[in-house]
Amino acid sequence: MRITVRLFLSFRAGRFHTETIECPAGITVAGVASDLALLDDTIGLVLVNDRQADVQHELTDGDRLALFPVVGGG
Amino acid sequence: MLHEFLAERAEGDLVPWPVQAEAMRHFRLSCGEAEGGILEAGFLPTRYRRNRRMISVAQQLTLFRSQVAVVGCGGLGGYVLEELARLGVGRLVAIDPDTFEEHNLNRQLLASQATLGRNKSAAAAERIAQVNPAVTVRAIQAPFTREVATELLEGVDVVADGLDRIDTRLELAAACGVLGIPLVHGAIAGWFGYVTTVFPGEDTLQRLYSRRPTTKGIEADLGNPSFTPAVVASLEVAEIVKIRLGIGTLLRGRVLCVNLLDMDMECVALAEATTST
Repeated sequence: MRITVRLFLSFRAGRFHTETIECPAGITVAGVASDLALLDDTIGLVLVNDRQADVQHELTDGDRLALFPVVGGG
Repeated sequence: MLHEFLAERAEGDLVPWPVQAEAMRHFRLSCGEAEGGILEAGFLPTRYRRNRRMISVAQQLTLFRSQVAVVGCGGLGGYVLEELARLGVGRLVAIDPDTFEEHNLNRQLLASQATLGRNKSAAAAERIAQVNPAVTVRAIQAPFTREVATELLEGVDVVADGLDRIDTRLELAAACGVLGIPLVHGAIAGWFGYVTTVFPGEDTLQRLYSRRPTTKGIEADLGNPSFTPAVVASLEVAEIVKIRLGIGTLLRGRVLCVNLLDMDMECVALAEATTST
């Protein structure tokens, strides 16, 4: 299936801003993140089709996934 | 009467500093009291002259009567405090248990060779006394905790997040929710940052940090340069002014993602959570 992935802030480095990718049916957000070599403990907000989801959420064809890093500095 | 005193000496409706100082002596007023009297009489201290095209005298009085707590006086907090003081927000609460260390010098506005080893909130009070003596500062040389929240935030109209720990931010968000105080959140790491505004009853911060309620994010790897805290802090200050004046469009229910590497800033709306899985 194909999903569109939007990466925010530091996640773009060495990857992309927005890309439509091929992935196995039923893959989770965590699976996509892992394939993109995004470390699980850097992932903060996850949006699937503009709604907050958790990393165990199973994606379906045509989904739009947005991944945001955790930022805590001040 | 103060009004007559000012009317005789004002330049139009502007009151220059020497007249404000003379009013303080003549009427035995503190600088803050004189400032309040000037604004209430419909005059404007000359220092705010460049505000007045976008902030009216009545709005300037609203800011003067406002109390804002800045939790954390480091990278973000230093700029937030400086800008709020220059704007004329009349009462500030500066909260920070820490002292300045050498590695703060690359970005923390209140850090200087002279303030190394000084408590950050005390340094804030000293700086503000120099920049705008009409502003009253309560310097709290202690950490923000849930236990002291009610006492620290008593009478506060808006809270500005200047923290560098996620767990403390969540405590702050919870306390602001209970106390009914709007919170303006900012967080930074490297070239990047987030800004959002949380009103009582909203769970934006809990949602932003729902996966990692620990202490640090990517800033542990990316560090913090001089410019990112200045940008994010300034965005926080703009939100605070808008909250107090009831103008503009706030970042409620949406997160401003600041990316200084690519020079893009994008607001992301936080709709309800998906219900699947």
